[in-house]
Amino acid sequence: MRHLLAGASALCLLGGMGIAQAAGEFDGVTVNVMTQTGAIQEPLQRRAPEFEALTGAKINVIAVPFSDLYQKILTDWASGTNSVDAAVFAPQWMVDYIAGGYLEDLTARVEADPAIEQDDVGAFFRDFSEKYAGSIYMITLDGDFHMMYYRKDLLEEAGLEVPRTWDEYLEVAKALHGKDMNGDGTPDFGSCIAKKRNAQSYWFVMDVVGSMTQSKGTSQGAFFNTADMTPLVDNEGFRKALDFLSESTKYGPPDELNLDVSDTRPLFASGRCALNLDWGDVGTISIDPVNSKVIGKWGAAIMPGSTEVVNWETGELEACTADNCPYAIDGVNHAPFAAFGGWGGGINAAADDKVKDAAFAYFSYMTQPAQSNQDVTVGGTGFNPYRTSQLSFSDLWKNAGMTEEEAAVYLGAINDSMNSPNMILDLRIPQNQKYQQVVLDEAISRFLAGEIDKEATVQAVANGWNELNDEIGVDEQLEIYRATIGAN
Amino acid sequence: MTAFAETAVDTVPRPGWGERLDRHAGRLMVLPAVVILLCFAIFPLIISAYLALSRFALAPGGFTLKFIGLGNFRKLLTGSQQYHFLGTFGAFGPVAWGLVALAAIALLYCMARYLRGGSVTVVGIVGRLISVSLTMGLVLVAVATLATSGVPGTLVTTLLYVVIGVSVQFLLGLGLALLCAQPIRGRNFFRVLYFVPLMVTPVGIAYTFRMLADMQKGPFAPLVRSFGVGEWSWATEAWSARLMVLVGDTWQWTPFMFIVLLAAIENQPRDQVEAARIDGAGGLQIFRDITWPAIAPVAGTVVLIRLIEAFKIIDLPNVLTGGGPGLATESMTLHAFIAWRTQDLGASAAVGYMLLFVSTVVCITFFNFVVRPSRRLES
Repeated sequence: MRHLLAGASALCLLGGMGIAQAAGEFDGVTVNVMTQTGAIQEPLQRRAPEFEALTGAKINVIAVPFSDLYQKILTDWASGTNSVDAAVFAPQWMVDYIAGGYLEDLTARVEADPAIEQDDVGAFFRDFSEKYAGSIYMITLDGDFHMMYYRKDLLEEAGLEVPRTWDEYLEVAKALHGKDMNGDGTPDFGSCIAKKRNAQSYWFVMDVVGSMTQSKGTSQGAFFNTADMTPLVDNEGFRKALDFLSESTKYGPPDELNLDVSDTRPLFASGRCALNLDWGDVGTISIDPVNSKVIGKWGAAIMPGSTEVVNWETGELEACTADNCPYAIDGVNHAPFAAFGGWGGGINAAADDKVKDAAFAYFSYMTQPAQSNQDVTVGGTGFNPYRTSQLSFSDLWKNAGMTEEEAAVYLGAINDSMNSPNMILDLRIPQNQKYQQVVLDEAISRFLAGEIDKEATVQAVANGWNELNDEIGVDEQLEIYRATIGAN
Repeated sequence: MTAFAETAVDTVPRPGWGERLDRHAGRLMVLPAVVILLCFAIFPLIISAYLALSRFALAPGGFTLKFIGLGNFRKLLTGSQQYHFLGTFGAFGPVAWGLVALAAIALLYCMARYLRGGSVTVVGIVGRLISVSLTMGLVLVAVATLATSGVPGTLVTTLLYVVIGVSVQFLLGLGLALLCAQPIRGRNFFRVLYFVPLMVTPVGIAYTFRMLADMQKGPFAPLVRSFGVGEWSWATEAWSARLMVLVGDTWQWTPFMFIVLLAAIENQPRDQVEAARIDGAGGLQIFRDITWPAIAPVAGTVVLIRLIEAFKIIDLPNVLTGGGPGLATESMTLHAFIAWRTQDLGASAAVGYMLLFVSTVVCITFFNFVVRPSRRLES
């Protein structure tokens, strides 16, 4: 019934106006949209008056810190308060919201809205970030992949190559650490990685671990053994990743353990970091003529990989061969991490029909190329390219101030990541937040702070994940995990 | 006699509505407050007690609460979250044993003083024995994680904030109050100035301190670099991070101590002070023999109020460090908050109840052994 209603209302809009946005269509309708403070909030807030002028719908953007976002939305919807009509959040949380029946199925609406230009949305976002069990629940507004940024000028000056492996990353970071990189007379840093607890740092752990635990394609998985849900933690790959995090801290800012991505991004743009790991935001921030001191001096590449991968049976590291690393490039196994999966909009199933229509029309407006093409080129929006048409050099990027050479490496890194058959899909099992934002984040933070050693960290993550599996149900989690990564 | 009584009763007029209302006016006036208290304090307390004994899970169409008994508390005290709540215990050495012995002597002294005090009751003795035992337990946990190679959990971190923070705030507040009670020029200006931090919201103070203490871009960064410590950050070491939280907390709450103690000092008997001065008593002597006995009950009460408040610290560690590095700055309230925002409502409620228990033990112990004797000191 709900599908019929949704389809009917979408068809009415389509028939009457061609697209969802029509003058006065939503006069008197207010849509409360919740998202995170800062980036992501900015474009939603900036475009709300435009949308109101077009349709009459008032968009009220409610912003909360990232760490509170998941629970704020959940509390509002689960308690039946329903003051939040729609939200822009992480696709991996979708599984929990759908379990409670709080998210509206948007399949019929999307299919009936040609203005969204769904075919232009990258296949990964269309098939993974937007969908659950075959139905569309989210509208993608942002494309997310982790990648590596480097200072081209410094590397050339020092005669160093762009790092392809984590070992090379450390060598370059060590060689450049302490040099004055922006001409202000103070020594700068070889590597900048967000490592703050209770922030967005925990994703960077899996960049390193995943390149050693996943080598046989996306469906192999990087978090758990797909046979029995054993965490892929008690192995030499995870231990080597801990060594990398510890070692890279030596070449980072002194307060790196208290830096989130919102702190490391301006550091890179102000010319203080030789290497940096982040989402696509750093690329667009680096071409900002007002704030960037690295214009023309930076480059981007697919995340470094490893020449050794973990043998799941023994837990030992083995050199890459054609058998165990079928997707290796020049002997290096890359496993680009689709961390987070891109911010997207979802609608509260309990909202009034008119409000749902307005919320959908707003998300449709935000994702349409006319708006999206502008937003993904601006650093402060938090939106990164996710449409096929945005992932090649064009006037869009030229007008944003990116050179063809920069676009080649920046967009090339995103394309390489998105097209990699060995891409790591983010964890999307029930209560994934507890696995990552609590257990993993806390253990890594304690390790980096020196509270526990490497072995204790391995045990803390393994035991914590096993305990969660037992509490929630190993079989249920295994089934969902296998389904989300497409394991046979 | 009987006949007279019956006649007397017959002649007494029945109370009218107005009189009945007058008679019950007190209860009626209190009723709204009682209803509000029941709705907003008692009812949530009962619900959260049930939450603390349950496991929350999302389910189609809503959520489920599975009763798991004391499972959440077991996890905190002896299970997988023991390191987080109590901490990781290290081996006791001579220093640790010495500290335990000192604490035991102090508590025994307080107990002995009560027993010698005169107004001893069975209930009083039992209550004090319980609070002394529990306080000793807290001391043991603190020593086992701080004075050894252990790592403190959120319980001990909170106790550090409470004990060190409130002590420093009291001493600073008292010092400032004594200064502002002197007939100095512009003392009203200073009174207002010292009071300002209390009016700023805690999260505002936390963000201000975060900016001030930024080692890369903060206003003091060049100064710090000029001392050659540009490669160090307070945020990456446990004790310096805790110290920064304490500095922010002290900046905000010292004014509270200051303003209450100032009022108490100004209310001390002036004639006694004047007489002592005429007799040639020094400032220290006047403070010890006149001022302190006069302000002791107020001082005890203000510290008690601040103790209760200090247990709830969350904004500063949350904004400054997110609880890190590691677990170094995470308070119990932040512990409960982090559990709540990751959907672990049972664990969150359990931590909340542990906080209630610990703060009650500490505050009752303080009340029995400090506030009450201070009142006797005044009398």
